[in-house]
Amino acid sequence: MPQAASPTCNAVTARGLSKLYNGAPAVDGIDLDIPSGLCFGLLGPNGAGKTTTLRMLLGATPPNGGTLAVLGYPIPVQAREMRARVGVVPQQDNLDPDFTVIENLRVYASYFGLSGPALERRIEEVLHFAALESKTRAGINTLSGGMKRRLTLARALINDPELLVLDEPTTGLDPQARQMLWQRLRTLMTQGKTLILTTHYMEEAERLCQRIAVMDHGRILAEDSPAGLIGRHIEPQVIEVYGADVETWFNTHARARVERAERIGETVFCYAHDMRELLDDLAARPSLRYIHRPANLEDVFLKLTGRDLRD
Amino acid sequence: MNLLFPALSLRWIPVWRRNFLVWRKLFGPSMVGNFVEPLLYLLALGFGLGVFVGEMQGMPYSVFLASGLVCASAMNTATFEGLYSAYTRMAHQQTWGGMLATPLMVDDIVLGEMLWAATKSLISAAPILAVAAALGLVHGMNALWVLPLVLLAGASFAALALCVTAFARSYDFFVYYFTLVITPMFLLSGTFFPLDAMPDAVQWGAQILPLTHAVELVRPLMTGAPHSQPLLHLAVLTLYAAAGLYFACLLLRRRLMA
Repeated sequence: MPQAASPTCNAVTARGLSKLYNGAPAVDGIDLDIPSGLCFGLLGPNGAGKTTTLRMLLGATPPNGGTLAVLGYPIPVQAREMRARVGVVPQQDNLDPDFTVIENLRVYASYFGLSGPALERRIEEVLHFAALESKTRAGINTLSGGMKRRLTLARALINDPELLVLDEPTTGLDPQARQMLWQRLRTLMTQGKTLILTTHYMEEAERLCQRIAVMDHGRILAEDSPAGLIGRHIEPQVIEVYGADVETWFNTHARARVERAERIGETVFCYAHDMRELLDDLAARPSLRYIHRPANLEDVFLKLTGRDLRD
Repeated sequence: MNLLFPALSLRWIPVWRRNFLVWRKLFGPSMVGNFVEPLLYLLALGFGLGVFVGEMQGMPYSVFLASGLVCASAMNTATFEGLYSAYTRMAHQQTWGGMLATPLMVDDIVLGEMLWAATKSLISAAPILAVAAALGLVHGMNALWVLPLVLLAGASFAALALCVTAFARSYDFFVYYFTLVITPMFLLSGTFFPLDAMPDAVQWGAQILPLTHAVELVRPLMTGAPHSQPLLHLAVLTLYAAAGLYFACLLLRRRLMA
């Protein structure tokens, strides 16, 4: 596939961007600088404001305050020009069920004003990229969930966009389909495209994104590289302990040996830089089961956004 | 709400074309219906009922009825397309959501949908004209002017339907519009009988209905009867189409860009 043009400016620059719904802020004055050519992740629980932020970036809804530029175009004023150079993978598949795979691509391309031999070559490229060459004339309803997602990705690439916006691209996919999509997204990054994605999956963000912003209640709580977020916000080692009398054990033997601890249900999460003493102690207690692991993005996420359940 | 006048351009064409390509897939069965249904109506009502009715406004009932059927069909087709089909594309299939991730804007979609529904009116009304002509119920080649008029009338009904769709939360909502607006209009616009015998209030009320004006334009062209005030009727239909388009753009922008 041809290289995307490398613009000199940020892919996205936002200052004080906000959006109200019924008087309540869904996005509450956020600043964003997303450099071109990297994968930027927007993380947050349901209702954090991720999708609203993406909708504003795409000019799908006007902000109530702040300024926004995407690929150098002021948004929403020049949304049309911007969208000609952007690809979108929406949260829910909106492929045309009345069309075959190739008809979906052709019709979608017509919305960009694309047609002719150049388009047919492009269709071949994106079908090959999405590993859907054998499904060219298949109906949409005969495709698996993973194939539909790949077709949605292929469709988003039809205009050879510089910026690709993906809203929860792998939600609902099985592990194989997810791995396949991740691999495709990495290929796009090596081609110099800018990716912006939202996700609930921490491993997805950790594997794909060079930079991550954690959002909650319409604000950005932290923004850094995955390693930077883990290093800055959380102790490097974690032991998860569960079993009978875990609370008594924690109060009498563990509390003094850890830097921070949290309890979710029957499990105690212990955070510290050095876990040797605690591991020795646990080794002598067969009634308690435990997992010792390095801290990850999920720990940062839960620390920053809290552990309460969101619907 | 953004009250700016709709930004209209030729970008409606891909929206229209997408709907056309879907329709073309189901071309066979839908065209059979488009020819068979008016044939049944003209035979059963026109000739069956016509025997008892005799002449109406100085012409055989089947001749009177044919022009009414053309207009009623244009209305029903455009309305159905602007309500149920448009709602399916907006809410269930998210077709419009997909379009709005491309250089297309809400106004392009509204104009494309309106012109597509008008085209569907033409697709349903033209066979009625052909069947009526084959049965000898049409007076002269002037009747071909009916085709552009059906497009205009279809655009008016489609624009009104799209305004209703902008408020819909489910298909059930459309029953109000059909029961309270479309059915009365269907019966009281001079489609099946002249309004002369109706109370004055009904006759006056009918004058604000777009279907009345469509019938006043189409009937003389199909029957050879003299026109009265054709420019007025054209102006009313054009006004409905233009105002309907304006409000449909405003209302759907408000809904889709919330």
